[in-house]
Amino acid sequence: MNYIKILIGSFLILGFAVNVTAQDLAKGKKIYETRCLVCHQADGGGVPNMNAPLDGSSNVVGNDLARLVRIIKGGYSEKIALDGMYYSNAMTANPDFKDADIANVLSYIRTSWSNKATVVTEAQVIAAKNKK
Amino acid sequence: MKNVKIFLVFVFAAITLASNAQNNAGLKLPAGFKATLFADTIGSARHIAITPNGVLFAKLMYPNKAGKSIIRLEDKNKDGVADNITGWGKYGGTGIFVKGKSLYATSDNDIYLYQLNEKDEVIDTAKPKTIVKGLLAKNQHASKSITLDGQGNIYVNIGAYSNACQEKDRMPGSKGMMPCPILDSAGGIWKFDGIKENQVYGDGKRYATGLRNVVGLDWNKQTNSLFVMQHGRDQLNSFYPTLYTDAQNAELPAETMYELHEGDNAGWPYVYFDPYQKKKMLSPEYGGDGKKEGGENAINPTVFFPAHMAPNALLFYTGNQFPEKYKNGAFIAFHGSWNRAPLPQEGYFVAFVPFKDGKPNGEWEIFANGFSGLTGDEKVKNPRNAKARPCGLAQGPDGSLYVSDDNKGSIFKISYSK
Ligand code: HEC
Repeated sequence: MNYIKILIGSFLILGFAVNVTAQDLAKGKKIYETRCLVCHQADGGGVPNMNAPLDGSSNVVGNDLARLVRIIKGGYSEKIALDGMYYSNAMTANPDFKDADIANVLSYIRTSWSNKATVVTEAQVIAAKNKK
Repeated sequence: MKNVKIFLVFVFAAITLASNAQNNAGLKLPAGFKATLFADTIGSARHIAITPNGVLFAKLMYPNKAGKSIIRLEDKNKDGVADNITGWGKYGGTGIFVKGKSLYATSDNDIYLYQLNEKDEVIDTAKPKTIVKGLLAKNQHASKSITLDGQGNIYVNIGAYSNACQEKDRMPGSKGMMPCPILDSAGGIWKFDGIKENQVYGDGKRYATGLRNVVGLDWNKQTNSLFVMQHGRDQLNSFYPTLYTDAQNAELPAETMYELHEGDNAGWPYVYFDPYQKKKMLSPEYGGDGKKEGGENAINPTVFFPAHMAPNALLFYTGNQFPEKYKNGAFIAFHGSWNRAPLPQEGYFVAFVPFKDGKPNGEWEIFANGFSGLTGDEKVKNPRNAKARPCGLAQGPDGSLYVSDDNKGSIFKISYSK
């Protein structure tokens, strides 16, 4: 049983290694720096009471990819409650982002600072968009 | 055993107090000034107000851990540290103001009035009068700050729920709306009667317009007029990267102080103030390019400051404790920037501007610094690392200046002695 788990696990890791490369992460970092950093800051810590932190956010490292994709593409302007704090400001939409851009920036924010979630592939972004 | 514990607590308290007094609660101040930590961790303390007896009230942005959103602090033994702290209220907000035995407090929608007794205790915390209700509060610039004039009128800011009145807020390429419809119900200062109950928009008057968001405001008794601090717009570089570099965005537009008279227009969203060209420039959402001027009918700032520092409180000093230079001058609490990123942040200090005969009389300067808790001249890189963020100001009956912090909830007391 454990063998199977390990087997599946390594397939997954291999799978990501094939689909999300260091280059993609570098692209994600570049997108972050030019389009997100101004609000979410270099350390991903956001601005208290205003721009939500991405570092340590249970939503960012969570499984609701559909929501994350929607926010990044369409912006967001509802007050959100996150881990005991409230954030309210309008987040800029990114209508020009391709699915690959969203995947890259998501991979970057989910694996940066103290975040240790899985990376996200372009295929997963497409699947998440179709889910709603 | 219990006695030992109490003794130890006492020793610790004494040591903290002593080191507190020695290092001015971590603040850097001009010669002759001292600071104590009047209170800490009371909750997200926004604005503060003090009664003539020296009782301080703080309005919290959210209820604190004990579920209270207005805090009353008294320093009975007069050692510079509050020793009697109580609270009430379930609604978050920013504004608080004391006039005689009337205590005003705001939520993001309403203005309430509590009655104080002769000891400056609230007579009935459960039943305030509602003075104004139903003010607009969307997800940006929703906080309501208040001040009163000498005639019993109350002034409240209603911030614009937008950055630059684009058709789609903060959307790259989205045009500015002409005319900006937000200005009908927000983006200005409204004037209401200070006593009449249950007033709504229709009972008030738009006193001044074209102000994106005001948090700090004060009635100047010398000029008998209202002064406000505007939070300038964000993100010139994000939306117009070909017109503005990151470095230019970090310095544009200026944070501005205005003296307002009824009917004044400060120009938002059509223009912003450029601190280098010292002119009102047409906003890029309205066809500007960083060079075209605009705002022929808009007033000019009384004083301007570096960009994005977020002035959250304004106080004209009328006390007698501080040296002559400070008399009638303006203190401004700068909450500290975020929109200067990727460049280092600015603000996180209390500034001072000398005034003479109701007009600025010299350059602005940093009065109290060190709130961020960083050492030396290190700048705040990421806002969440700042220990304290100055947000409110109040003048005590003895002429001391109090500064509130809405991060961890500290109140600093700054005093002067020769
Ligand atoms: C104009 C400022 C701004 C910019 C630019 C910005 N954001 Fe945001 N972001 C916010 C705000 C504010 C929130 C919180 C939602 C709210 O209050 O409306 C948020 C929320 C989020 C969330 C949800 C967090 C959670 O815990 O639910 C994610 C994910 C996110 N942003 C990612 C990004 C990415 C990726 C970029 C760059 C492509 C970006 N943001 C650019 C302001 C911004």
